[in-house]
Amino acid sequence: MSQPTLTVKQAGPLALIQDAGRFGVGHLGITQGGAADWISYRWANWLLGNPLECAALEIVMGGNLTLEANAEVRLALAGADLAATINDQPLMPNVSFKLQPGQQLMFRQPRKGLRAYLAFSGGLNAPNVLGSHSCTAREQIGGLHEDGKPLKTGDQLTWKGAAATPRTLPKGLEPAMPEPQCELTMVLGSQVAHFAGSSLYDAFNQTWKVDNRADRMGIRLTGQPLRSSLGGIISEGIPLGAVQIPPDGQPIILMNDRQTIGGYPRLGALTPMACAKLAQCLPGAEVRLRSISATQAQEQYQNQLAAWR
Amino acid sequence: MKLCLETAAMDALTVRLFDEINESNMAWIIAADHALRDAFGEALIDLIPSYTTLLVHYDCQVLSFAQATSLTRKALLHLEPTAIQNSQLHEIPVWYDESVGPELPLVAKRAGLSVEQLIKQHGSHDYCVFALGFAPGYGFMGLVDEAIATPRLKTPRRRVAAGSVGIADRQTAIYPLLSPGGWNILGRTAVPLFEYAKRGAPLFRPGDKVRFKAISKAEFTAVGGDTTPIEERP
Repeated sequence: MSQPTLTVKQAGPLALIQDAGRFGVGHLGITQGGAADWISYRWANWLLGNPLECAALEIVMGGNLTLEANAEVRLALAGADLAATINDQPLMPNVSFKLQPGQQLMFRQPRKGLRAYLAFSGGLNAPNVLGSHSCTAREQIGGLHEDGKPLKTGDQLTWKGAAATPRTLPKGLEPAMPEPQCELTMVLGSQVAHFAGSSLYDAFNQTWKVDNRADRMGIRLTGQPLRSSLGGIISEGIPLGAVQIPPDGQPIILMNDRQTIGGYPRLGALTPMACAKLAQCLPGAEVRLRSISATQAQEQYQNQLAAWR
Repeated sequence: MKLCLETAAMDALTVRLFDEINESNMAWIIAADHALRDAFGEALIDLIPSYTTLLVHYDCQVLSFAQATSLTRKALLHLEPTAIQNSQLHEIPVWYDESVGPELPLVAKRAGLSVEQLIKQHGSHDYCVFALGFAPGYGFMGLVDEAIATPRLKTPRRRVAAGSVGIADRQTAIYPLLSPGGWNILGRTAVPLFEYAKRGAPLFRPGDKVRFKAISKAEFTAVGGDTTPIEERP
C-alpha cells in the first residue's frame, strides 16, 4: 500500500509548514520563524501525543484550502475556528479526528481567530534547514520545496507516522482566541526613557486597532501616535514581540519572521503569551497594551509550559 | 567602550558598548560575543551582535531575569578587545554597469566624479563587515568615503536582483537574494552569498574586510553572472 498522504486539492491564501522555530542562527541574519501562535501549535501536537515541537501546518484565514486523504489518517486541529468541514460536515477545532480515504478537509473563513494548526502523527515530513522545518517566504528557506513558499495545489503531505496516542483536551483548557479589547502584556524596554510622558500615557490608556498591514514579519497597530526623542537608532538585534515605533508614531509589533536587526526606537516587547494572542487577531480587532515586569512575564510563561507537563 | 545592560524583552537583554559606528568597535563586539557565548553556554538561545550592541536571548527556563543580568555583567567585567585573528579579507568581483547598477550616474554626479572615478573610489577601500542581518548572507559594510555617500532612494524598488551591490549613506552591501530595497545600486556580483548562508556558513563574518574589484561583462558572464538589467526606475 502506498504511504498515507494528504493531497492539496486547492491551496488557500497561506498555509505554511512550521515548527517551534529556527534558533541559534540569528547572528547569521536568519530569522526565527516558527508557529506564530506557539500555544495553539503545541496543543495541536499534544492532542496526538506528539512531541510538542513537531512540524505542523499553520493555516491562515482558510480561504477554501482543501486537503484529501488517500488512507485513514488521524490528525489534530487546534487554534482558530476557520469554519473547517470534513465532506461538508462541520469540524470544530481543539480535537483529534480521523479522515477516511477520499474525504476532504476544507478550511473556509475565520469565525474566531486567524490561524489554525493541523498536526500529523509524528510530525510532517519536510526538509530540515539549519535545525528547523519552519518555512520563511522572505528568506526562501524551508517548506516542501525548500523555497520558503506556502502550500500549493498538488502538493503532497506525508508525515513520520508514529503511532498516535490521541488525547482529549479537558474543558476550559482550549487555547482562547482573543476577545474584543483583549489585553496584550509587554515588558518595557530601556528606551522608554526617550518617550514623551504623554506618549507613555497614550500607549497604555488607549485602544489600539490591528491594521491590515499585518503579516508574519510584523503587525501594525493604529491609534494616537507615540513620540520619542530618538529619531532612528543604529541598527541592533530585535527580540520577538518588539514594539517598534517608526517616525509616524504607529507601533509595529515584530513577529516570528522579523528582520534580525533594525533601527527604530522600541517601547519594549510583547510577552510570548501576548504574541500568540496577537497572531490570532484579525485586522480591525481592538487591543490594549499593559506593562508587566520581566519576572512576572517569565512566571506566566512557565505556567503555560506547565500545562503540557 | 562603556557597558550598559538594557531590558529588551522578557527573555532578552541588549548589551550596549558604544554610541557610534566605528570600525574599532568590532574588536570589542567580537570579544563580547565570545565572552557571552562562553558564559551562557546551553542557556543561550541566540546572540545577535550589531554595530554597537549585542542582543542576548537566553533560555528563561534555565535563567531568571536577575541571573541572566548578573551573568552578563560578570562575563563582560574584564573585557579586552580581541585581536581579530580569524578575520578574512574577501575580494568580491563586481560588474559595474548602468544596466545592472542604475544609480552609477546619480552617485557619480553627486560626488562630482566620472563613473570610472566612482568605480575606482568604491573599490579603493577595504570595508569592514559590521553586522549580518536584513537577509541571510547580507552584511552591513562601511564606511564609504563621505564624497560618495548617498542617501537611500525616496521610493524603494520592489525588486532588487540577487548580487546587487549598493550604497546607502556611508554603508555599502550586497543583496544576497532578490528582494525589495532602497539602496543605490552600482553593479552586480556573481558570488552566491545566499547559498553560503543557507548552509549556515555565510561568507562574511562581523570583523571581516571586503574589497570590491571591477570586472568586465565577459568576466562576469564567465563566472555565471546574470546580466538581466534592473528595469525598475524609482
